[in-house]
Amino acid sequence: MIAFALAWLAAVVPQEPVAVPTTTVAVRGGTVWTMAGEPIADGVVLVRDGKIAAVGRAADVAVPAGVQVLRAAVVTPGLIDAHATVGLTGMRNVPHDQDHVDRASAMQPELRAIDAFQARDELVAYLRGFGITTVHTGHSPNALISGQTMVVKTHGRSVERDVVKPLAMVAVTLGDGGRGSKGPGTRPKSVAMLREQLQKAKEYAARRQKDPDTAVDLGLDVLAQVIAREVPLLVTAHKANDLQAALRVAKEFDVLVVLDGAAEAYTLLPELQAAKCWVIPHPAMARTGGELANGTMELPKLLLDAGVPFALQSGYEGYVPKTRVVLFEAGVAVGHGLPAAAALRALTLDAARLLGVYARLGSLEVGKDGDLALFDGDPFEYTSHCVGVVVDGLVTAGAPR
Amino acid sequence: MQPRPSSRAALAALLLGVVATAQDTPHAFVGARIEPVGAPPIARGTLVVQGGRIVAVGAADAVAVPAGAVTVDVTGKTLIPGLVCSHSHIGSVAGADSSGPIQPEVRALDAIDPRDPGIQKAQAGGITTANVMPGSGHLLSGQTIYLKLRDGRTVDELTIKNADGGVAGGIKMANGTNPQRDAPFPGTRGKAAALVRAQLHRARDHQKKIAAAAGDASKLPDRNLGLEALVEVLEGKRVVHHHTHRADDILTVLRLQQEFGFRCVLHHVSEGGLVAAEIAAAKVPCSVIVIDAPGGKLEAVNLSMTTGAVLDRAGVLVGFHTDDGITDSRLFLRSGALAVRGGMDRDKALAALTIANARMLDLQDRIGTLAVGKDADFVVLTGDPFAVRTRVQQTWIEGKKVFDLDDPKDRVFANGGYGASDGQSMSMCCFQGGQQ
Repeated sequence: MIAFALAWLAAVVPQEPVAVPTTTVAVRGGTVWTMAGEPIADGVVLVRDGKIAAVGRAADVAVPAGVQVLRAAVVTPGLIDAHATVGLTGMRNVPHDQDHVDRASAMQPELRAIDAFQARDELVAYLRGFGITTVHTGHSPNALISGQTMVVKTHGRSVERDVVKPLAMVAVTLGDGGRGSKGPGTRPKSVAMLREQLQKAKEYAARRQKDPDTAVDLGLDVLAQVIAREVPLLVTAHKANDLQAALRVAKEFDVLVVLDGAAEAYTLLPELQAAKCWVIPHPAMARTGGELANGTMELPKLLLDAGVPFALQSGYEGYVPKTRVVLFEAGVAVGHGLPAAAALRALTLDAARLLGVYARLGSLEVGKDGDLALFDGDPFEYTSHCVGVVVDGLVTAGAPR
Repeated sequence: MQPRPSSRAALAALLLGVVATAQDTPHAFVGARIEPVGAPPIARGTLVVQGGRIVAVGAADAVAVPAGAVTVDVTGKTLIPGLVCSHSHIGSVAGADSSGPIQPEVRALDAIDPRDPGIQKAQAGGITTANVMPGSGHLLSGQTIYLKLRDGRTVDELTIKNADGGVAGGIKMANGTNPQRDAPFPGTRGKAAALVRAQLHRARDHQKKIAAAAGDASKLPDRNLGLEALVEVLEGKRVVHHHTHRADDILTVLRLQQEFGFRCVLHHVSEGGLVAAEIAAAKVPCSVIVIDAPGGKLEAVNLSMTTGAVLDRAGVLVGFHTDDGITDSRLFLRSGALAVRGGMDRDKALAALTIANARMLDLQDRIGTLAVGKDADFVVLTGDPFAVRTRVQQTWIEGKKVFDLDDPKDRVFANGGYGASDGQSMSMCCFQGGQQ
């Protein structure tokens, strides 16, 4: 009866997340990309109680009798989208499902992603169908400081059940996207306002340390964590001058900065190498209008060649597609010179490192989360399909995508 | 769409223009895999072009390279017909303004900037012919223009001529939420249909008056540019290219098409899969958009990668389009590839990027396949058309190379980089605050 009900749900409401509870599941792949050593030919990953219990060649890993075995040509760790707004930018794109920016003022670091994320939005499940098991999502690049970001699994249950890291970064936007009717009006004004706010946070942190009874300021409280280098600034900027401004601020306040979008980053490779700064390049297929006019689909390859660390993203879209699919964006980067192994690394272990979740995610190793993506061929090929997804050991139902 | 007999005069007019510009030395492309579309693939073929036209195509051992021909070695490459995009907004196109919902007198012709980099980017994507459509947000936003993406200084050098010497093109219409605005625009779907029907009745009356004049100039009605364009629609000379997403909106187009008998192509058709049988019965072709995810607007929440496959299996003539800048012309092949991912037959998907779209533009006798007598419009690919690593190596139009990935300037248009988009007008068709 339960099985029938689940099957009925899967058939009638394909977008509804249907997790089949199981304690142990085995995944066997023609090629298993563990991202910890060479890919394993005919490998098996055993997941028990949500965690990886064994990884190795099929000949070496004993699969207990009666355990469900999923098979696919290619198996990878669950993919990680290093920057999205999914869950805050709903599929319908009507006011009630758009919670990615509040325009009351230019700087609102106190806005938490966990208070906005709609786990059950159809696009969360849609991304999961392509093997994306974790997203770094949050407030959009539409205000100088639009709010916080978080890391969350794509189960589609609730933010409490699915969240991995409730505060990942603070979203800053320089250039056109950071301007607004509530100010700032120019590039230097944006930078001045950001610097002033960081200065206030510095003073606030010192005051709070001296006197714990100092009244709490939610915004400064978050920025104090930025000053303490506990939380990075995710600075979305595309023009070279804006990217340089971000590096300048990072240096002045000794804060961690991750450059996001970064369409003209290829003009600043020596500076990026010197700053040892992570970049999350814009989606390869991002439209080349406005500040992305000089963008190139070769950016990930150029960053790789220069040794600049990067992860890949779906980004923010105001219109269609309401979410991009980071697997597809990686594919187009592969079509424009990025080696597949590097693309896969960017979607898994590098993203996990960047987001500070490497202890749990980003590779198939014993003790890590049981997150896997199954493909019927080269994951980056247009005509391949994602044929199975496992998140925390739960096999999620769905047609091949 | 009901096929229209090809016009010899039109072909002659076109060829006249071609012969004047193309070199007469035959060029033979040898060694490539050829996918002619409409004929079986040739593992190792020869394509001979001369005077802007294809003069021979076939297996290497069956086609003789003419004496004196320039031989181009394309061993290891794949040759396919030039891609045809049935719905694009490149070239700084514009159309109707905000003064009213129905403006058939407005021509895309009068907006095209042949130097817009969007055209070069489309060449880089292997697109050789495009139906460039005026704007959006109207019931009828003007006359579209079918462009050959030749390297030209003026729009006239890019146009395709009809038999009567006119510029080839259709007319752009839309329904659903796209044209909904404050009056005089429609506020509801019912109002939208009523406004269109009333206008088509006016056009019918105008058509009758012209017929009644029987060539007597003194009895002709006053000139009316808009109604004249709509008379061309009623006479089947100008195809209606109709933006429509939701299943009920698709059926509304078919209802109006039945009532007035115009020739029509359905565009976008996000929910086409839900009414595939009805579309097939109406024998109306579909130009489908392939987008990476559903949503972004209410009408597209059921958009699916499977639509092409579902419509094709129902017997509908299926093409794809870029809707550039909604999707990027440089990645047009990807639309066909994703349709294959969604279950479409590979050959049908390739046809949907070429001959099917040519049919929707009444250009099936000139372009869309690699066949003797057709325009020498073709693309040299580095590999399989639907493989992610395959690049467009060269694009040829009427025997002239318009794009070469090895040319550093062309490469910037293909990949992007500094200056790639200088002066480009990025048209986000239908973009109105994310609500359309």
